[in-house]
Amino acid sequence: MAKENIKSRDKIIDLLYDNALYVIIGVMLLVIIAMEPSFVRLSNFTTILTQSATKIIYACGVAGIIVLGGTDLALGREVGLAAVVAASLLQAVDYSQRVFTPQQVPALPLILPILLVALLLALISGIHGFIVAHWGVAPFIASLGIQLISYGACLQYFNQVCNSNPLSGFDKFYSRFCQGTVKIGGLSLSYLMFYALIVVALMWIVWNRTTLGKNMFAIGGNKEAAKVCGVNVKRTMILIYIIAGVLYAFGGVLEAGRTGSANSTMGADYAMDAIAACVVGGVSMKGGTGTLPGVVIGVIIFQIISYGLIYVGVSPDLQYVVKGLIIVVAVVLDNRKTMRKAD
Amino acid sequence: MEKQKYLLEMHGITKEFSGVKALKGVDFCVRPGTVHALMGENGAGKSTLMKCLFGIYRKDGGEIWLKGQKVDFKSPHEALMNGISMVHQELEQVRDRNVMENVWLGRFPLKGGLVDTRRMVEDTKRVLASLGEDVSIDPRERLSNLTVSKRQMVDIAKAVSYNCDIITLDEPTSSLTEKEVDILMKIIEGLKAQGKGIIYISHKMEEIFRVADDITVMRDGELVSTDRASDMDMDLVIKRMVGRELTDRFPSKDWEPGKPILEVKHFEDAKHHLHDISFQLREGEVLGIAGLLGAGRTELLETIFGARKRERGELILRGKELRNRSTEEAIHNGFALCTEERRFNGIFPDLSITFNTVIANIRGYTNRIGWLRISKMEENTKKMIDAIRTKTPDTKTKIRHLSGGNQQKVIIGRWLLNDPDIFLMDDPTRGIDVGAKYEIYQLIFNLAAKKKGIIVCSSEMPELLGICDRILVMSGGHISGEYDLREAPEHATQENIMRDATKFV
Repeated sequence: MAKENIKSRDKIIDLLYDNALYVIIGVMLLVIIAMEPSFVRLSNFTTILTQSATKIIYACGVAGIIVLGGTDLALGREVGLAAVVAASLLQAVDYSQRVFTPQQVPALPLILPILLVALLLALISGIHGFIVAHWGVAPFIASLGIQLISYGACLQYFNQVCNSNPLSGFDKFYSRFCQGTVKIGGLSLSYLMFYALIVVALMWIVWNRTTLGKNMFAIGGNKEAAKVCGVNVKRTMILIYIIAGVLYAFGGVLEAGRTGSANSTMGADYAMDAIAACVVGGVSMKGGTGTLPGVVIGVIIFQIISYGLIYVGVSPDLQYVVKGLIIVVAVVLDNRKTMRKAD
Repeated sequence: MEKQKYLLEMHGITKEFSGVKALKGVDFCVRPGTVHALMGENGAGKSTLMKCLFGIYRKDGGEIWLKGQKVDFKSPHEALMNGISMVHQELEQVRDRNVMENVWLGRFPLKGGLVDTRRMVEDTKRVLASLGEDVSIDPRERLSNLTVSKRQMVDIAKAVSYNCDIITLDEPTSSLTEKEVDILMKIIEGLKAQGKGIIYISHKMEEIFRVADDITVMRDGELVSTDRASDMDMDLVIKRMVGRELTDRFPSKDWEPGKPILEVKHFEDAKHHLHDISFQLREGEVLGIAGLLGAGRTELLETIFGARKRERGELILRGKELRNRSTEEAIHNGFALCTEERRFNGIFPDLSITFNTVIANIRGYTNRIGWLRISKMEENTKKMIDAIRTKTPDTKTKIRHLSGGNQQKVIIGRWLLNDPDIFLMDDPTRGIDVGAKYEIYQLIFNLAAKKKGIIVCSSEMPELLGICDRILVMSGGHISGEYDLREAPEHATQENIMRDATKFV
């Protein structure tokens, strides 16, 4: 009888530990709501989801690289590069400070600049993947290099081609594509949410229903065993990097459109935010484990926290402290979990 | 003072893991100056017992007495400081640092606040010398430049440097050559002469009877028996370990090898591990490859399998020449490789049994649009678990939660699903208990009966002699001998094979 009690008590403790992060975040939410009850409004939540949407898209990209056992610090600067290049090509024809005259660059259909930056980042990220896969450069170092190269390219383009003018005055269709909403009942849902949903669904298929995804998990789980099992390690890695690049590009185009402007500082801390969201969402930095719903939850958690903290008037400076604590707690809890299971 | 009969006494040790009794009141005592072998199948509770001794686990009940003092260690470090050490199967060392730093790690000799390198060199030399004249290791050598055997000696030296009374050796010979085993045995003799107690954990019967004074057998967390080694024999130990009569350690064969299926001609690899290797393999034949560590056995299998670049030579399967430039190509051509280091390049530890089972043929599960058929994967995994009797709660369990023997079965199952023509196995029963070994031999024989070709490398000679139709001996990258166990079994003695194995060393 007593033993039964101990068992069920252990189970409750285990359950608490396994979900401690959600418990903590739930408590934080309750505190925020207690301080500012007006936080509980549907419009706040749709805002949070809209702000999360672009981040979810590029987090899905970097998550694949993390599952491979790597990391990608270049994410932010690549997003920035894509945003600046696409934005410069998507300004309204009648905008007075247009970078290119209508003779140089006429009004382009949205798909063209998107394809162009997708191709550009696919190339950069593909080379990045090749450096890691073929030459065995440590992913951290390789991404550090690619980050600087992307940033330099972005600065050069912004300062020389765009004359250092922040890019705005976008084409109407582009703005609507990124800022538009649909009303369903009383809810107004942004297009961005649907784009993110589509990306997550597509990536879920890639991760769980294709050989590419399975091979990705195999490489992250045990690269040497993957080689023995006939997995084409290099090709798989490069493909995952290319997919990441394309998602960064898409995310960058959408982010510029959402905020209505772009400049060379864009993307400075995106990489860390995205990687932190993945880790909080349960993607192990050791590689080989992680789920896309986890990534989505990770991004949304961070967004809720930062939006909620702004809402109750916590200084932006302190928000970094809170975010940092969440990352550390998430990883500690995760380690505890795996350690306990190993016993 | 009265001389203690036992150095170490463990009485009535119990340990429970979330309701499962892993140790049910085990007694285990070690006499000074003796080797006490601790035997049992995987999961019998040997390592749990040892972990309770070292303070890695807290025991739930029972008492431990060391030299007449009651002790209860809370950490391996405390155990070590009190004279109990462990030389692990997978050596836990800092490979990128040198020998002496590994020996004195955590207690470097200091002089004026700085590390006294000169004293460290001398102390290390002294300790190493105390192990015997066969031990020649430079204290300044980087550990990663040493052989497994020498690294093990460093670990033993470390134990000696702590003045340990009890030294535990866990599967100490699993990656040693016969010659290195001899050296280890001499070192053990020396330690015995110094009055130390050695706890010796191994699955290798021949070795146990060579070295042990006492033998304790455990099964299912219980003590079965403790006897003087002289009162025991191999069959008795096995019988007690498995709890049933094992009439034979090897299953019986009832088929004949057929026509040649695979031909290897003049093989040389890019890194010069292999020199002009040529041989034939027949349908339904189990071909053994014997040899010392570094003889090129693994390299040969990897070159055939395309995991290693072939510089020269031909590979002919059923009259067709193959290139096998990558493992992908080799798998497509009907080859399978069960690797030597399960943890290094066999399993995906944190992924499910299903994943581990289907990954080598993942493309076989796609439909026309490249979509994976998950239900087919589950179905095949379940089929394979039943067919080879893998012990696992379900298909979603992470493979690292299984015992070594069951992990190996999953890997063999992985390749069986590919239905290969040629099955290459590199030390397939390494670190696996007797019962599971028998089942793996049976799987090998089933393959042979289906007219597949099987090549098995092993460092355990009795195993090769027990399961093979023919044995090739490799030495220094050459084939130095061949024994046909069907035609002339009388020539295939361990001594003859050993002589061939050392031909090109």
